[in-house]
Amino acid sequence: MSWETVIGLETHVQLSTKTKLFSRASTTFGANPNTNVNLVDCGLPGVLPSINKEAFYKAIRLGMAINAQINQTSIFDRKNYFYADLPKGYQITQMDLPIVLGGSIEIFLDGATKKINITRAHLEEDAGKSIHDEYDGFSAIDLNRAGTPLLEIVSEPELSSAKEAVAYMKAMHQLVTYLDVSDGNMAQGSLRCDANVSIRKNGDKELGIRTEIKNINSFKFIEKAINFEIKRQIKVLESGEKVTQETRLYDSVKDETRPMRSKEFANDYRYFPEPDLLPVIISDEEMQKIKDTFPELPRQKELRYQKEYELSAYEAQIIASSKSIANFFESAAKKTKNYALLANWLIGEISAYLNKELMEIHESKLNPDNVSALINRIDDQTISGKIAKSIFEEMCISGSSPDKIIESKGLKQITDDDAIEKIVDEVIVKNTEQVEGYKAGKDKLFGFFVGQVMKVTQGKANPQTVNKILKEKLKK
Amino acid sequence: MSIQFKSIVELRGMLDEKLISASELTQETLQLATKYQELNCFVTMNKEVATKKASGIIPSDEISSWLEGMPLAQKDLFCTKGLRTTCSSKILADFIPPYTATAVEKLEDAGAITIGKTNMDEFAMGSSNETSFFGNVHNPWKKGYVPGGSSGGSAAAVAAGIVPAATGTDTGGSIRQPAAHCGITGLKPTYGRVSRWGMIAFASSLDQAGPLARTAEDCAILLNSMSGYDLKDTTSLNSDVPDFLANINQPIDGVKIGIIKEFNLGELDSEVQARFEESKRMYEKLGAQFVEVSLPNISASVPTYYSIAPAECSSNLSRFDGVRFGHRAENADDLNDLYIKSRSEGFGDEVKRRILIGTYALSAGYYDAYYKKAQQVRRLIKNDFDHVFQSVDILMTPTSPNTAFKFGSKGTQNPVELYLEDLFTISSNLAGLPAISIPHGQVNSLPAGLQLIGNFLKEDQLLNAAHLFQKNSDFHLSQPNLEDFS
Repeated sequence: MSWETVIGLETHVQLSTKTKLFSRASTTFGANPNTNVNLVDCGLPGVLPSINKEAFYKAIRLGMAINAQINQTSIFDRKNYFYADLPKGYQITQMDLPIVLGGSIEIFLDGATKKINITRAHLEEDAGKSIHDEYDGFSAIDLNRAGTPLLEIVSEPELSSAKEAVAYMKAMHQLVTYLDVSDGNMAQGSLRCDANVSIRKNGDKELGIRTEIKNINSFKFIEKAINFEIKRQIKVLESGEKVTQETRLYDSVKDETRPMRSKEFANDYRYFPEPDLLPVIISDEEMQKIKDTFPELPRQKELRYQKEYELSAYEAQIIASSKSIANFFESAAKKTKNYALLANWLIGEISAYLNKELMEIHESKLNPDNVSALINRIDDQTISGKIAKSIFEEMCISGSSPDKIIESKGLKQITDDDAIEKIVDEVIVKNTEQVEGYKAGKDKLFGFFVGQVMKVTQGKANPQTVNKILKEKLKK
Repeated sequence: MSIQFKSIVELRGMLDEKLISASELTQETLQLATKYQELNCFVTMNKEVATKKASGIIPSDEISSWLEGMPLAQKDLFCTKGLRTTCSSKILADFIPPYTATAVEKLEDAGAITIGKTNMDEFAMGSSNETSFFGNVHNPWKKGYVPGGSSGGSAAAVAAGIVPAATGTDTGGSIRQPAAHCGITGLKPTYGRVSRWGMIAFASSLDQAGPLARTAEDCAILLNSMSGYDLKDTTSLNSDVPDFLANINQPIDGVKIGIIKEFNLGELDSEVQARFEESKRMYEKLGAQFVEVSLPNISASVPTYYSIAPAECSSNLSRFDGVRFGHRAENADDLNDLYIKSRSEGFGDEVKRRILIGTYALSAGYYDAYYKKAQQVRRLIKNDFDHVFQSVDILMTPTSPNTAFKFGSKGTQNPVELYLEDLFTISSNLAGLPAISIPHGQVNSLPAGLQLIGNFLKEDQLLNAAHLFQKNSDFHLSQPNLEDFS
């Protein structure tokens, strides 16, 4: 029997505001426990929340980018439940009147695009963190994260495979980073999702019973967790049983999903409008200001790159796909004319290096000035492409400029015909046996001569010149 | 010259004429508080800090602010930095806040000296001050009788002449009803007039801080300092604060006062009715005109209130979980057990009852029938007020259907009996309107209160009408005999 998968994602995006959603405490990641905490975050008796409008502006920016309806009047509600890292005993969230309604996002998979509709996106505060294994006999609570603004974006159940879910999250990552809505750092939890997964027989109209996999925070785990869950549900249904509607957790070590304790989700959250906050009204002027300062989106960038820098569609798409790479490209392009070579390096060497180091470009020691200088040195034939690679390695480690590296290591390319001819002559004299072999028809030996010349010049000889002179000298 | 029973205006005169120093005033106030300890007005005294602050006030010939050096008592629901704040609950019996409520801070910034924190119904839930973890407060007019609630300690401390004024909070009548029962003046401002920052919340959409004092004039002085927009409370009102004291001597010729038909005053105790009729005649003499008005939905006020207030309270009180502050039960098996034990031990019966009612009203399947319905009715009640205030300036009712009653005589079998005490006061909280209670004589040797309800932000009209009444009567000047308490 063949099965069809239906997936909907609830994405939690941590907004990159300086302060929390309802207090003026800092949101900096990695601070000492309970240092980014003020009276409001502790939920002390008598404290009241106050609104951080910046979070609204970011949410609205995302809403505009996905062509959603923006509710210029939105209200907050309380979601009541007890947990040790939830200081007030309720979470302030948006239920009936979220800031963003509807809209859609395009995903790219295997060369095709698919439109996924968005149900809604609402603002809410994050909870703190419970730490159960660091102190013997005690649980510890860190409230640094408590009150951090989150935008929960709920998709329609329109994704039909784990791969599509990953593509959706990648598109979401690109969007939130491009819009400067979030830093998108998945390892730090700035972007994570809950996946609602169900399966049904091919052609069925009714949705199957779904399970919700909570809190997945990497592209890899999204794919693995969903695939595990699909297989598990198929097994359950094929053995004649029913899928239980429940919340599950993905264990990346065992690569499996497990049900959470029923207690943790058998709550009646008793939602009601938050009486400590008035409805939040966004004025037309504020909306206009957001529109006026709207950042350029990847699609727009792609087209501009093809026109302005004459990049191929492929190059433009890859470079525009990451905001940090695109920014880097544009800065570097101010200082070089060879855009094609720059693009080539960014897509090739530089991306490979970043992938290997699991780094974003702004986290590396590379900077646009140095990379454009490197491109210029290749372009003006000061160095060969091969030497450039070793200079690049050095740049990645020390962060120094290519000119300094060329200078200090004497890597300047030898382009002088006379100098190269002299070396070629020496090589020919020393290797009479190979010369005879070559002249007798062993064409492959040509590479040997090139290698010898390069060995003598430590790779600095201009390869084109070497080839040209060798060919002349070795004429049969 | 004794300072007991003196108003702020009188004490200001004594200070300015150097008949007494701020230091002496504070010491005498503290002595009075000790002398009448048996009233049980205070939960915590602020002796050291008050003494120090008062001794730092140097008399000068320059005009000082009204409150410079003035001793005040704060309801023990306002957070006060470094000074224990209990809400008269076991769960906060050892809670020392790291910050001060805006309302108190503003009074202190104006020079007022906090001499102590006053007893109250636990978390402001009650109309008799009998739910306090720290015991009943006696009505200064009669030992063994309630002072009203929830701001019972504040009302009793003012009525006994210990302090000239005190802060209170009013969610359904908690300033006005104890003011009435104790024979003093109490004002609940427009919702949002005074910041709620640092007020331990009972029902967020109804809570409002205000003054209890001997005169309307003194209430105006306190309100001048307490009012104003606060960035830390987004529900506080960003509107101009008039000088309430400067506006207090206007004539009320032609002012229209409405009598609410639906309250059926004819069914009240005949003495209560008699007081009311007399006050009506007084206002007529002062130039006011009376009209009967109808607020068709006002009879639904009590059930509406007792759906909304407990719902908000059930959520507001969730933070008292024994995790970060307050009472924490020992020997809890796990987190859930910690919650159950800490809250079961820490909260009193009335608080538990309201948390249960509120939790029920918000729960799935009942939300629409109770909470949502109550909010809809609240809107209708508010519309009724909007409508009548198109044709009248002020509404007048007795503050309470009864005078103070004996400890344990009401609500012990049936809590609803006590809830009905709030019949006349609750609707102005639901509508967010200002209302004042002033003494207007006695019924069976106990004070009775007259309530004036004003339109949105019209505290100045209420204070003016109340002041005029007090200029032409001496009900507010009568003093209880305190022999039984010293």
